[in-house]
Amino acid sequence: MIAIKNINPPPATPHPHSRLGSREDFRTIGEAVVANPKIRCRHVDVFYGPKQAIFDVSLDIGNKEVIAMIGPSGCGKSTFLRCLNRMNDTIEGCRVSGDITLDGQNIYDEKQDVVPLRAQVGIVFQKPNPFPKSIWDNVAYGPKIHGLAETKSELEGIVETSLQKAGLWEEVKDRLHQPGTGLSGGQQQRLCIARTIAVSPEVILMDEPCSALDPIATAKIEDLIDELRTQYSIAIVTHSMQQAARVSQRTAYFHLGYLIEVGQTQQIFTTPRHRLTEDYITGRFG
Amino acid sequence: MRPTTLFFIILALSGAAYQLGQRRAWNVGKSLGGLKNLHSRPAYYGLLAALWCAIPALIVFAAWQAFETRIITGLVVAALPESVQSLPESRLGLVVNDIRNLVAGNIVSGQIDPAMRQAADRYRSLQAASHAALAVIVLCLGCAGAYAVRRNITLTLKARNHVERVITWGLVLCSTLAIFTTIGIVLSVLYESIRFFKAVPATEFLFGLKWSPQMAIRADQVGSSGAFGAVPVFAGTALISTIAMLVAVPIGLMSAIYLSEYAGRRFRAVAKPLIEILAGIPTVVYGYFAALTVAPVIRRTGSLAGLDVSSESALAAGLVMGVMIIPFVSSLSDDVINAVPQALRDGAYGLGATKSETIRQVVIPAALPGIVGGVLLAVSRAIGETMIVVMAAGLAANLTVNPLQAVTTVTVQIVTLLIGDQEFDSPKTLAAFALGLLLFVVTLILNLIALHVVRTYREQYE
Repeated sequence: MIAIKNINPPPATPHPHSRLGSREDFRTIGEAVVANPKIRCRHVDVFYGPKQAIFDVSLDIGNKEVIAMIGPSGCGKSTFLRCLNRMNDTIEGCRVSGDITLDGQNIYDEKQDVVPLRAQVGIVFQKPNPFPKSIWDNVAYGPKIHGLAETKSELEGIVETSLQKAGLWEEVKDRLHQPGTGLSGGQQQRLCIARTIAVSPEVILMDEPCSALDPIATAKIEDLIDELRTQYSIAIVTHSMQQAARVSQRTAYFHLGYLIEVGQTQQIFTTPRHRLTEDYITGRFG
Repeated sequence: MRPTTLFFIILALSGAAYQLGQRRAWNVGKSLGGLKNLHSRPAYYGLLAALWCAIPALIVFAAWQAFETRIITGLVVAALPESVQSLPESRLGLVVNDIRNLVAGNIVSGQIDPAMRQAADRYRSLQAASHAALAVIVLCLGCAGAYAVRRNITLTLKARNHVERVITWGLVLCSTLAIFTTIGIVLSVLYESIRFFKAVPATEFLFGLKWSPQMAIRADQVGSSGAFGAVPVFAGTALISTIAMLVAVPIGLMSAIYLSEYAGRRFRAVAKPLIEILAGIPTVVYGYFAALTVAPVIRRTGSLAGLDVSSESALAAGLVMGVMIIPFVSSLSDDVINAVPQALRDGAYGLGATKSETIRQVVIPAALPGIVGGVLLAVSRAIGETMIVVMAAGLAANLTVNPLQAVTTVTVQIVTLLIGDQEFDSPKTLAAFALGLLLFVVTLILNLIALHVVRTYREQYE
């Protein structure tokens, strides 16, 4: 265990002209640490082959909170998100170092099996990716492979409640056996969320879930995130600062692979403490 | 002038016309305020001049070549003595052949009489006149075409549009050529098949259970009467193809799954070309591998187990054919599996599916239509395969499902029916065309199914 006050030590040789919060200073400002976190990340570095994509990020994700990750394209926010349920394992040449624990359990431990981990930490992707199967099969797939239902009626119950939680039940209850790929973009994304909920995860990761959707579908997903917050911890990567402001309680700002600032959403968007954060949210770059 | 020389002169002329047109367009453009005022780039004017020079000339050239011999022969025959002209058609043909041979300086079949020598001289002089006339007409046409274009080059001549229209027609011509060839092949096979079905009823051919095409050629010969039931032959094809697919589909599919989902980049870079080398081995080589290596092994193994294995067996041919087809299945399946979007795999992994669950339940079902298409193409290939079967499975048309016996296939029978001397009025020879027609229909249906399946697959991701 690392003492909390020691996280994010200053670099051994700071930039000669850098001062805290200046453009050259990439040390994390703000409350990266919360009491009793769900996921706890310490000194996470990520490499794609020889190229380092994430530099020494330490961040906690609290219980039943929505944390938004914002930043310019290529800043590493999606990479970081994908570390949290080891989706980066599927990318050849990707290497993660540092500690990431879920309920105190190191998820990069050799003994950790990724299958139950991903059942606990579900993920929703940028582009809706329903399987080319029926709506029913899409939702029932997860519970089936994890053996969550013993009888058909139990499975039916899981499918129905998942679709209801995702706000899709009313729209699809009469055509559960039609292909999921035939739904509209927004419905497909809610189907993917229902699919994720169906394996009853504890954390849901969302990687720009609304970037492929129109404003109305986006509004529906945002309402949904708000409701899901009562039961799940949610980490959402977004390009839309308005969205971050609407759905999240805490916001983390990433820049060039560094975690620059993290704090209460309200504070980040009204009184950012770091120049880079301020530049980004005022639209000076990004 | 010889036609070949003439042909190359036309091409050279057309090249010159290109230069001329381009130069002219350049000058016109320069003198009227810069090249940008021209409707098209100078090269298009050059191309237009070249096309106008070459195309009419080549059309006349081709038409002339097509009809020249027939017209000259007609003229020569008309001038022959009455007694020769009244000969029956086949004899007259021989005389004409002799005249042509005389002209070319080849060996002549019979005696040379003065009338024939005269005819040959006449033939020669007519041919010379025709060649000279052709050269004059074609060269004039070429020059006229090029000149017409050169005269018309102005700022507003839409050379690019004209050239592109010609190119479009050229493309249309090329694409229809393949279609017309197919139609031609079908018609020629169909024509002979109809002659066959006049001698042998179609029902006997389609449903007869005995295949023994040997029959007496002359009335006094003692030969078998000939039996043309195609069922044993097609059963043999089906048996060998089934064995081949039983080998190729599982092995090909598994290797495709390993290569696309599990193998590292380095292994894949080595293994995939190596597998595809299998497709490059000539089938004759597979054939003697089957006949000299695999068949004896099967025979020995069979006799150890107390089975009676004939030295030429469907099993040997089918096994080797299966190996030959593996690269078809694996390469095509590998492509479609790779075409399954990574997002689908991520979706399954994100739900906590294991790698094998993801492959079995998400990737393969998504790729299945493409895989089926590939397998059907491989089946067509197996049905059409000849050499391996000739060498390893034998010629006996046994109607059996026992893979340890010798069987024969459609393609093998076609080959044996057409080897050596044939007479085209005997059902024995014509049977080859009927078999070919039926085989064509079968593979056509398979290809249509494959195409349909592949098309449905495409709709899913676009």
